Amino acid sequence: MAKSAIAQYDSLDVSPLLAHAKDEVVTHSYVRHIPLPLTGGTLALVTLDNGKDHTRPNTLGPQGLVELRETLWGLQKEAQAGTIQAVAITGSPFILAAGADLSKVGDIPDKATGVLMVKLGHQTLGLLGEMGVPSFCFINGLALGGGLEVALNADYRTVSSSAAALALPEVFLGLIPGWGGAWLLPNLIGIKNALTVMVENPLKMNRTLKPEQALDLGIADAMFPAARFLEDSIAFADQVVAGKRKVKRPHEPGALERTTVWPIAVNTARKMLRERMGTVAKSPYAALDLLAGAKSATKAQGFAAEDEVLAELIAGDQFRASVYAFMLTQKRAKVTPGAPEREHAQPITKVGVVGGGLMARQFAFQILRRLEVPVVISDISQERVKDATSWMEGEITTLLEKGRLHSDTANKLRGLIHGTTTMSDFASCDLVIEAVFEEMGVKREVFQELEKHVRPEAILASNTSSLSIGDIASVLKHPERMVGIHFFNPVAVMPLVEVVKAEKSSDAALATGVALVNKLRKTAIVTADTTGFVVNRLLAKLLGEAMHAIETGTPYEVVDESVAPLGLPMGPFALLELVGLQVGAHVLDTHHNAFPERFFASDSLRKLVEHGKIYDRDAKKKITGVSAFAQGLIGEGPGYSAPELQERVYDGLADEVWRMLDEGVVEGPEDIDVAMILGAGWPFHMGGLTPFLDRVGASEKARGKTFHTPPIKGVS
Amino acid sequence: MQGNQVVFVDGVRTPFGRAGEKGMYWKTRADDMIVSAMIGLLERNPAIPRERIDDVAIAATTQEGDQGLTLGRTAAILAGLPLSVPGFAIDRMCAGAMTAVTTLAGGIAAGAYDIALAGGVEHMGRHPLGRDIDPNPRFLAEKLVSPDALNMGITAERLHDRFPSLTKERADHFGMRSQQKVEAAYQAGHIQPDLITVALPSESGYGMATEDEGRRPTTTMEALAELKAPFRPHGKVTAGNASPLTDGATIAALASEDVAHELGLGVRMRMVSFAFAGVEPEVMGIGPIPSTEKALAKAGLGIEDIGLFELNEAFAVQVLSLLDHFGIDDEDPRVNPWGGAIALGHPLAASGVRLMIQLARQFEMHPEVRYGLTAMCVGLGQGGSVIWENPHYTGAK
Repeated sequence: MAKSAIAQYDSLDVSPLLAHAKDEVVTHSYVRHIPLPLTGGTLALVTLDNGKDHTRPNTLGPQGLVELRETLWGLQKEAQAGTIQAVAITGSPFILAAGADLSKVGDIPDKATGVLMVKLGHQTLGLLGEMGVPSFCFINGLALGGGLEVALNADYRTVSSSAAALALPEVFLGLIPGWGGAWLLPNLIGIKNALTVMVENPLKMNRTLKPEQALDLGIADAMFPAARFLEDSIAFADQVVAGKRKVKRPHEPGALERTTVWPIAVNTARKMLRERMGTVAKSPYAALDLLAGAKSATKAQGFAAEDEVLAELIAGDQFRASVYAFMLTQKRAKVTPGAPEREHAQPITKVGVVGGGLMARQFAFQILRRLEVPVVISDISQERVKDATSWMEGEITTLLEKGRLHSDTANKLRGLIHGTTTMSDFASCDLVIEAVFEEMGVKREVFQELEKHVRPEAILASNTSSLSIGDIASVLKHPERMVGIHFFNPVAVMPLVEVVKAEKSSDAALATGVALVNKLRKTAIVTADTTGFVVNRLLAKLLGEAMHAIETGTPYEVVDESVAPLGLPMGPFALLELVGLQVGAHVLDTHHNAFPERFFASDSLRKLVEHGKIYDRDAKKKITGVSAFAQGLIGEGPGYSAPELQERVYDGLADEVWRMLDEGVVEGPEDIDVAMILGAGWPFHMGGLTPFLDRVGASEKARGKTFHTPPIKGVS
Repeated sequence: MQGNQVVFVDGVRTPFGRAGEKGMYWKTRADDMIVSAMIGLLERNPAIPRERIDDVAIAATTQEGDQGLTLGRTAAILAGLPLSVPGFAIDRMCAGAMTAVTTLAGGIAAGAYDIALAGGVEHMGRHPLGRDIDPNPRFLAEKLVSPDALNMGITAERLHDRFPSLTKERADHFGMRSQQKVEAAYQAGHIQPDLITVALPSESGYGMATEDEGRRPTTTMEALAELKAPFRPHGKVTAGNASPLTDGATIAALASEDVAHELGLGVRMRMVSFAFAGVEPEVMGIGPIPSTEKALAKAGLGIEDIGLFELNEAFAVQVLSLLDHFGIDDEDPRVNPWGGAIALGHPLAASGVRLMIQLARQFEMHPEVRYGLTAMCVGLGQGGSVIWENPHYTGAK
């Protein structure tokens, strides 16, 4: 046998760790012995089970790990005594294990305790590689993070064809797979595949592997249907132990891959990562370093390297912020603070959409697809109506061709689209959403006319991004039925919708708006009827500062540099191009008009609208530089240095968030963060916005206190 | 039988488990058990084209909850059979699986089916016999059936009353021999090849059902004499001479002989005839006597033509009543040579196919035997019998 990778943990004392693990939902390790007919021996089957159903998946905490360690030590002795010929580990129905319990992150008080958790994981899971008899993991269901690392530490793996997902999402949460994963995975499936699974997938909205993919990659050695997964897996183990079945690992790296492909692949990934997301996020680069090292490190060295890196990350700011953001967005997908009780929501059996433009047709289609109810869409001419309905039909055809809709459902959806030019066709709608031109007079006219036709209890909504819902509703006989439902573009992709509560909005109107959003599988935040609601107001602050800096003589590069620590998906000017320069200019104007003392409007941006672009791009749309026209807009004056501008932006954002909380735009800083993460793509590792502002001291500078108590930050 | 020749292609079963909270299947669903058996059967018979299975009949006595919902159809879907394969559920109490076999055999003989799957499941732990039943009050009011007839143990006691020569000692001895014969068959490896292992969820981790759970190979006459008679004070029927409450599932593949040859399927038995018959419900245990006479008559055979008997041991006394009727010795080696339900258990609607599985294997080992009988008593006063021909028959020794 090779030198032990876990002997380095022999003197590990985990008692300080256990002292902090009081109310752990312990995943127990149960052992039962099962005969192997071919081998003529016995397999010890360990079942991980926390005694709960699949809605509270197995997680691995200190107590659970210690129990598993004891169990495996016992089995090691049995193996030595020759009473067992194989060890296998599996989970409870639908779940192997979902990794560490993220709700317990706060229980780790300092870096030293974090290190213990990492080492205990290595020592425990690493035992699976040193049992003295072949070890197997039967991946019966969900295997995430540490859960998948349980499997990777075993000698062989089978996977159920119905397992919900396999993934190493650590990088997504500001960590790295540090219970062996970062060393084991590339040495099992090759560097390129490991990069995909460990770095690329977590950063792609936390993409996971299907069982077939795990099999193709060689993460699993065999796949069996769920109906007899455990029986088939044990038969597989029997064959392997009896020498009747050879396991092939198609992507296991050879010497050639190690010397040639490996370093190049890691470097390429590093370059791509820098281009795509900058260098603020630490975990992806830490993962790359470990993967690079796994090429020549021994297993023991690999484990030790993981210990060091993971302990650092666990204690750091980004992990805490990521967990905060992750738990927040998970929770908010189900519960919307500030929304009335669900039972106030009225049934939505037919929906009207006034206006057939770009936004209107998109959300009309999403409503059609997710609610599968009749959708009436109107515009001012037959031609424009036809344009909107044809577009929607085209979307149905696209989904059908991609195999994402059954042909029966496609037929059903087509039959539910009704185009019209007559308001009276909205008569039987439960909810009508308006998305016409952003002009108060036009909107009021629409709603006055609508109210003549709809039922008294029908809910009316506007998708306006810049006008007051209350002002629009003031012309209604029943203004309480009015609510704002503000979608983001592109509607199919953006997971956030702002539901706006005007002064008179009824519980029914608000609850129905939130219910609609949830049925669209999106997250709602409830905001007050104030200019820009949440997302546009904070973006207007940032973009206004950016344009102002240009106009007062600051170079574009300096502006980008000043906001780089925010780790935003793109710089302010790229964002302006993405949302559309005209839309951007309109947003700035609206906010400047509402809050002239705090928000800048921008003449230069209006000029850019006419010019049509800020950046020059190559044939592949890649930015090659700031266009000469845009350069020409840099104003006279000293401009700001990057630190000066950064301070302005941080202070400005902190001040604006405080004002929003004071005004009751939303209930708490968490709403701000949900909005910025889901509505503007602000990063998890920043916790959205408010944890970051706390950390850099901007919140205290603005009001002498932090948004979060205690602040969401790392430990030492 | 007229029409197409029906053959028994293959049969398998789950290990049988003790019913109740301490039994190994307590946390296992009944439908999962039959599905496991079905997948196991299909996996070891890859020559059966799934899409050519014309029907699936699955029996259960208490068709409720996880043992309800048109089992043949649901089990077929859960086992991954093509959706084009139909299925249904069957109930003839203890003879459920046997009736599934004969019903589908009728369809094959008539040319309606080429290949069919027939089986049964009974999870008596989750679905005890008689729970939530609502017998028509006329049974009592018009004295159609004594309430005692619904208690199988009491019907067995009544057989002792009716036939004084069927003593408790004979019943106990028969029970002890069943345990010993099952143990010998296990030692010889006759039983295990037809068992499909089943993973067992439990609160203390997954286990695996690999053998029948209820066996008591060390049973002695002395110990049996000590057992209490639960059905009647100082009665004769005890846990030692009756089948225990059991969880289990069985399934068989049937085909027309022509199709079996066309596809190269195994032929383990040929169906010769079958019959069901009714008796007074109060003495349901004698049911197999008239049904066997009927089946023999239809086959044109006499009892002396039967070389192997697989008789379901619901109660020792009711098996003995049949043996006495036909003048067969209690120890006749042709009768239940590998023991029976007293040792293995009797998961009601599943047991019929268990008899067939064992007879089929014995046929292989006894080419000198031409005909065999599977027979069982049925609650509410019935008997069922199927006579099979040994395809390995090479002429009498």
